[in-house]
Amino acid sequence: MAFYRSHVLVCVDPECLAKGAHEIVDALQDEFVAQGLIDEIQVLETSRIGGCANGPEIMVYPEGIHYHGMTADDIPFLVEEHFLKGRVVERFREVVKPVVDEELGPLRPKEVRVVLRNCGQIDPNNIEDYLAIDGYQALGKALFEMTPEKVIEEVLSSGLRGRGGAGFPAGKKWGLTRQVNDNPKYMVCNADEGDPGAFMNRRVLEGDPHSVIEGMIIGAYAVGASYGYIYCRAEYPVAVETLNIAIAQAREFGFLGNNIFGTDFNFDLEVRVGAGAFVCGEETALMASIMGKRGEPSPRPPFPSVKGVWGKPTNNNNVETYSNVPQIISKGAAWYSSMGTERSKGTKTFAVGGNVVKPGLIEVPMGITLREIIFEVAGGIKDGKKYKAVQTGGPMGGCLTEEHLDLPLDYEALTEAGSMMGSGGLVVMDENSCMVDIARFFMDFTQAESCGKCTPCRVGTRRILELLQKICDGLGEDGDIEKLENLCHEVSRNSLCGLGQGAPNPVFSTLKHFRHEYEAHIYEKRCPAKVCRSLIRYEIQAPACTGCMVCARNCPVEAISGERRQTHHIDAETCIRCGICMQVCNFNAITVES
Amino acid sequence: MTRLQQEIPTNDPLNIAEQKAIINNAIANNKDRPGAVMLVLNEVQGKIGHVSTPMQAYIARKLKIPLGQVHGVVTFYSFFQTQPRGKHTIKFCLGTACYVAGVSQLIEKAKQSLNIDMGQTTADGQITLEECRCVGACSQAPVVVVDEEIHGHLRPNKFPQILKKVQS
Repeated sequence: MAFYRSHVLVCVDPECLAKGAHEIVDALQDEFVAQGLIDEIQVLETSRIGGCANGPEIMVYPEGIHYHGMTADDIPFLVEEHFLKGRVVERFREVVKPVVDEELGPLRPKEVRVVLRNCGQIDPNNIEDYLAIDGYQALGKALFEMTPEKVIEEVLSSGLRGRGGAGFPAGKKWGLTRQVNDNPKYMVCNADEGDPGAFMNRRVLEGDPHSVIEGMIIGAYAVGASYGYIYCRAEYPVAVETLNIAIAQAREFGFLGNNIFGTDFNFDLEVRVGAGAFVCGEETALMASIMGKRGEPSPRPPFPSVKGVWGKPTNNNNVETYSNVPQIISKGAAWYSSMGTERSKGTKTFAVGGNVVKPGLIEVPMGITLREIIFEVAGGIKDGKKYKAVQTGGPMGGCLTEEHLDLPLDYEALTEAGSMMGSGGLVVMDENSCMVDIARFFMDFTQAESCGKCTPCRVGTRRILELLQKICDGLGEDGDIEKLENLCHEVSRNSLCGLGQGAPNPVFSTLKHFRHEYEAHIYEKRCPAKVCRSLIRYEIQAPACTGCMVCARNCPVEAISGERRQTHHIDAETCIRCGICMQVCNFNAITVES
Repeated sequence: MTRLQQEIPTNDPLNIAEQKAIINNAIANNKDRPGAVMLVLNEVQGKIGHVSTPMQAYIARKLKIPLGQVHGVVTFYSFFQTQPRGKHTIKFCLGTACYVAGVSQLIEKAKQSLNIDMGQTTADGQITLEECRCVGACSQAPVVVVDEEIHGHLRPNKFPQILKKVQS
């Protein structure tokens, strides 16, 4: 490998690409050639250096200097100053702010990075970077030092459980697929991360694709599979591209294809792209989609380990599950199981979003409490507001309140509390969120994404949504809550797949913890969090209003009247309660009343 | 058995030589791969922007599968469009984080600025407004995706600037 005195890393995340990261790469390369530095300095593409908020971003090593906000035209100047004259260009230097909006920044307190350890550290488009940090060594170890049974045993004793949400022990699943006497067998990687607010898998696929591929190859060796599919959602074009590059490189290096490492083990892999259907995250629907059919779930049994893709035994795991595997094989089951709780081992990635100070991607050991995640890792609630609830497990999960803050996070504890682990989205809500509206929002999502195959889900989710809409519109009547409860029970008991069975969960959990909010909507015609449009009104407060007319200009329905420099007035009849005026007012003169 | 006979509109991609070549190419590239329907449709949708009914019939015939199967797949997945869209699309992320951060105000503003509803295209065929599921840029919520470009932390009063950029 050539030796370079300096490395320049350019972030190529979607946000930075949009701001011209590729132009920066080209400009850097041109300039290094022009200055005769190209043999001394290497330009690499990576992902997620900082927040991308002020992209494009580049990082210069070994100095560790972070530049951002430049355009391709600034590059000649930057190269001359930094690389020829050795002066740091303060103009573009990233100033560390106390609060940085970012997905994945420096290690936060209490974080342990296993799955995310390489993200942002290596060039995902260059297999040599992965090899340099002992990539594909685990595969070698598995092929030469371990029998397939031993690999399964190792994964089983590590305690690794399915990271897609259900938490089925990965080793056990592999064992089941291995046992079936039918060939060929398939490996499937579920990269259809559809939960709103969850983007953990995207980061792994974009930042460290080889760890997933290596995990799949090891899995294929263990279960005796000869071909694999990574099913990635179409909303992640960068991840698909990165994966395709990574697979081509792995093939070139002989990690995929026939006679891997000179053994008689053959395995190859391709990416299949979805087309925007949430239900395809369900494993039977996903396999139908791989086969080019409508992504409708089918009843189990037969389980995929017996009859999956093309009617053959198929092992299906999530991105995060696979990316844990290489490290378990190389560092051993004992290392992995030393992290976590009695029942749930290892670490888990979470995408923390909503009203927190530091939203973003985190990886924490299992067994950490919600309080630690929200108030220590994520920096607490934004704007000093009060914590109200956190939604875990996406639209099929539930919300957890104040009383659950000290719950140690593991699969069982979350299920017992009425929620679920899910793939790992955590949406934190403060006192300004209306729980009825949140339940309506999730039901709107599941109703739209219901595939329509089975009646309880297709019709039931629609009826639940209508009831919730009615309550939010201030038209709720006595008895609606009971109707809602009944309907939810029916839908969850009678639906075919996880989507329908889980769809009522947000309603169940909000009803359980925030029944008084439902009652306020129905009996008092009041929205306590001041969110539901039909139950609120906007008012302009006289002393604060300067008559600047910003609100009047921005009002979509011209409901705001008043002369310049005079206190304005909102006509309640015309107002559609969109809230734009409140957002654009620079003097906090507009308040919302219920 | 009666066959569905349909007049193919003159502006259909099947009547435009270049676009027909794209369709033929997509079929030729994928027809021998298992599960070809999705692969062909994804390619055609990506390159042409929609899959009209005549196109579905053409693909079905070439892949030697029933039209119903192709149509079933097209209507199942939200990515496949059966009608041409505007030159530019503005998508509003409806993920939880964006919802909480107030994407609905942005939608309101967009509808008002362009005088069209969600899912519609402006009369000049320039801009289509769409809602989309989480694009995974939650830390920048609320997020609007203009063609392939992500705009985060967007407030309603900044929307006209985005619009101006698209229209220019």
